[in-house]
Amino acid sequence: MKFRKERLDRGIKARCDDIFALSSYREMSYLLFPRVLPVAALLILPLLKGVIGMYWEKVLMISCTIALLALSWDLMASVGLISLGQALFFGAGAYITGFLNHSFKLSPIVTIPLGTLGGALFSTLLLLPVLRLRGVYFAIVTLTFPLLLSRFIETTKILGGTEGMSGLSPLPSVWVEMYVPVLALIVCLFGFRRLINEDYGLVLQGIRDNDRAVMSGAINIYWFKAQAVFIAGVAGAFAGSFMTHYNQVVGMASFAMDYSVMPLTAAVLGGVGSFAGPAIGAFVLMPLSEVLRAAGTLRVVVYSAILIICVVGLPEGAFHYIRRKYHQFERMVDVG
Amino acid sequence: MSQSQEGGRPPASEPLELQPFESCGQRGEIVRQESEQQVAMDQAILKVERLSKNFGGVAAVVDVSFSLSPGELLGIIGPNGSGKTTLVNLLTGFVRPDSGKVIYQGKNITGHRPYKIAELGVARTFQMVKPFYQLSAFKNLIIPLYSSRVKRLSGGRYGDRDAVAIDLLEDVGFERDSSVPYKVASSLPHGYLKRLELARCLSLRPDLLILDELFSGMSMSEVASTLPIIEKLNSEGLSIIMVEHRLKELFRIADRIIALNFGAKIADGPPRNMMNNDAVKAAYLGSEED
Repeated sequence: MKFRKERLDRGIKARCDDIFALSSYREMSYLLFPRVLPVAALLILPLLKGVIGMYWEKVLMISCTIALLALSWDLMASVGLISLGQALFFGAGAYITGFLNHSFKLSPIVTIPLGTLGGALFSTLLLLPVLRLRGVYFAIVTLTFPLLLSRFIETTKILGGTEGMSGLSPLPSVWVEMYVPVLALIVCLFGFRRLINEDYGLVLQGIRDNDRAVMSGAINIYWFKAQAVFIAGVAGAFAGSFMTHYNQVVGMASFAMDYSVMPLTAAVLGGVGSFAGPAIGAFVLMPLSEVLRAAGTLRVVVYSAILIICVVGLPEGAFHYIRRKYHQFERMVDVG
Repeated sequence: MSQSQEGGRPPASEPLELQPFESCGQRGEIVRQESEQQVAMDQAILKVERLSKNFGGVAAVVDVSFSLSPGELLGIIGPNGSGKTTLVNLLTGFVRPDSGKVIYQGKNITGHRPYKIAELGVARTFQMVKPFYQLSAFKNLIIPLYSSRVKRLSGGRYGDRDAVAIDLLEDVGFERDSSVPYKVASSLPHGYLKRLELARCLSLRPDLLILDELFSGMSMSEVASTLPIIEKLNSEGLSIIMVEHRLKELFRIADRIIALNFGAKIADGPPRNMMNNDAVKAAYLGSEED
């Protein structure tokens, strides 16, 4: 009897990396497992609130919102737009939602969708004139927008000024609080992954790789960039809208740097360009930062040290590393 | 700026008179009608009128005028830095001219955005290949196939873009049954990338094809296999402008040649007259008066 090693995905991959030929349930489960596992985990975790406690449920929820912002960052990055200001989406969604609830007493069922679409539209219109910029130039402009808007609110004292708007309607129940961000994340994650591999997504990737060639292909790249920013804006503004009602208050903190920096860090840690990576990154970063509360003042030091080690050790990002290893699993086959 | 400019640049608007016909000794020379270019002057697919462009103090293109009849294969030659690529960029909207007009199919397209000009059916290749490196070869073609021009030409429906893309790649010499069309563009050799550029243009179903040094960097055998593709496209009625340094190959297939030097047109005529044209010789080799 002779044995040799064979890769598990041998025979599954046909021609391209993303076309599979499946012939058995075993092969199907090989591909489905990494996709079903996170979804199942996300859906089950809120059910365990008795076991893991409301504190960690809240961490889960915040991780979801940061993951949404990270996905929105990754979508913009796949069109070649590197953003340092995801807080723009978050804040725009938060303020529109808060304003509608505060001034017109609309229920969250109305304000969250309106805040999501309104926030995305507002941010897209704001970014429209700078879509011609590339690389660091675009990044710098996006960095300034949240700062600019929060100072604008501070000086003009509109929308509650420095106080913000408080006393907003709470979300109907604790189940809504937990499941809405989880479901939104799942929809966004798989939606974006699907979108980028569609022909539409190829155009977006083309703009990132080589915008002049896309132009000469009779495609208006600014129109496509604007669409991508809007879609990314929807994900980001939704996070803001939701958090507004969750916290029952909206203020200048919605434009805080955290909402720009955390998604970016999550994306870099998890692996840019895969959507799954930034989501994983968010679910590593947020709980990590909570665990490190025990370290007191040293928290930031430890946190930064871990980040640096991760980025240096896995420059491709955690997701790309895990995926590569998963596809390298081998089994012994009888050749004897 | 070097010698031959002081040596007397010819008046830009009127090209030098061409030498009388002499055999230029090209292999496989095709006899073409002298009057061919005059016949279709009125219904020219492209008319360029006194086009000029300065970059800072450098005159990249100076007062260039020419026209292209439908189905014609026009070659543009000239030494390095003579403004050939700038001329292509001016025609396709990547650079705005300082003065002059570009009229395509009776429509003034001067200064239009590149995507609008492409939408009207002017497709171009880039001298430096510009594939989408992270996508596989056939997916490179999905992007132009997604344009509204292709949708319009196929009757409002996009159809199966993957299949169309594979067909297009086969047309430019990618082996259909091999793995080449499915390989990531960054792993393809230069010759394939050049032909991928050509396929990217053809996917737009262009009315005018502008090839900016398609053959540069190609091996002899790659040129030999690409040449018939261009000849076939031309014989099917496609108007083609070829900017080229491989003069031998160009002269074999071109109907007419324009020579540029220091941005100005110095000669315009059938290929067989070019080799004996004094201005062209001077541009390439330097003139004796210097």
